Amino acid sequence: MPICTKNNIHTSAHSHIRTLRFYIQKIFLCFATLLLSCAASIAQSTKPEMADGLKTSGKIYVVVAVVLTVLAGLFLYIWKIDRTISKLENKK
Amino acid sequence: MKKNWWKIVSIILLTLTCVCGFIVGVPAKPILNETIRNLYFHVPMWFCMMIFFTISIVYAIRYLSNPLSNYDICSVEFANIGIVFGLLGLITGMIWANYTWGAPWSNDPKQIGAAIALLVYLAYLVLRNSIEDVDKKARISAVYNIFAFALLFPTLWIIPRMVESLHPGGQGNPAISSQDIDSRMRTIFWLMAIPGWALLGLWITNLRIRLSMLKNNF
Repeated sequence: MPICTKNNIHTSAHSHIRTLRFYIQKIFLCFATLLLSCAASIAQSTKPEMADGLKTSGKIYVVVAVVLTVLAGLFLYIWKIDRTISKLENKK
Repeated sequence: MKKNWWKIVSIILLTLTCVCGFIVGVPAKPILNETIRNLYFHVPMWFCMMIFFTISIVYAIRYLSNPLSNYDICSVEFANIGIVFGLLGLITGMIWANYTWGAPWSNDPKQIGAAIALLVYLAYLVLRNSIEDVDKKARISAVYNIFAFALLFPTLWIIPRMVESLHPGGQGNPAISSQDIDSRMRTIFWLMAIPGWALLGLWITNLRIRLSMLKNNF
């Protein structure tokens, strides 16, 4: 069984101070982020509206996928026409 | 495969254009908002039109100095693709203008100039198809082609820069000024969009020329 020595009390007081300091830091951080976000929102309200939200939500990739599919289809088609004309040229 | 490398380059560049064109960030501008991305899709249409009309006049001059029917075929097919790109540029520009300038057509000097230039080139096709004799058709259309190209100077490159325009960079500045786009956009525009679209146009023209030559020989 550990006995409550003087040394032990000393360390527990130290840890209390450490946790207290930790909480103070946390509160400060909270205030800082709150302030920053407020500032950011004020700044944002004057900025032109862009589709940043769309990009972070990932939905712009759907558009990219659709466009790429269309592009791929067109390229395949034109490649086929190219092959057909090449064959005709070779036949001659 | 060896002589087809530029077709693959076209595929790669256009794929990159469509990916980077939507995902890479753009400068935030009022009114324009995300439509600034049209720079990768609308503006290259005009660049390609100018490139193809230039190639067309080169073949027209070559035909006049050495009347080979292949030169005539090249000349007319490059004019054709130039008109296609020009029409696409006009239509995409009208869509863009509808949402940024408030109306699809607002008699902007660049709009009017582009419309005149296209009408001049459409007249080139009408002229060609109205002449029966093959040699005469080729010679007269080659001469007309030179005049049509000469008209591009005032309608596209001089007058729109001298008068007030809704387009950016009017009044003496080049159309793509450094204040309107940043380095990310410039990279995508010059290294991916312009060469990509131009090579695609070249590919289509290559097919049309080969088809015309096949038809000629049958």
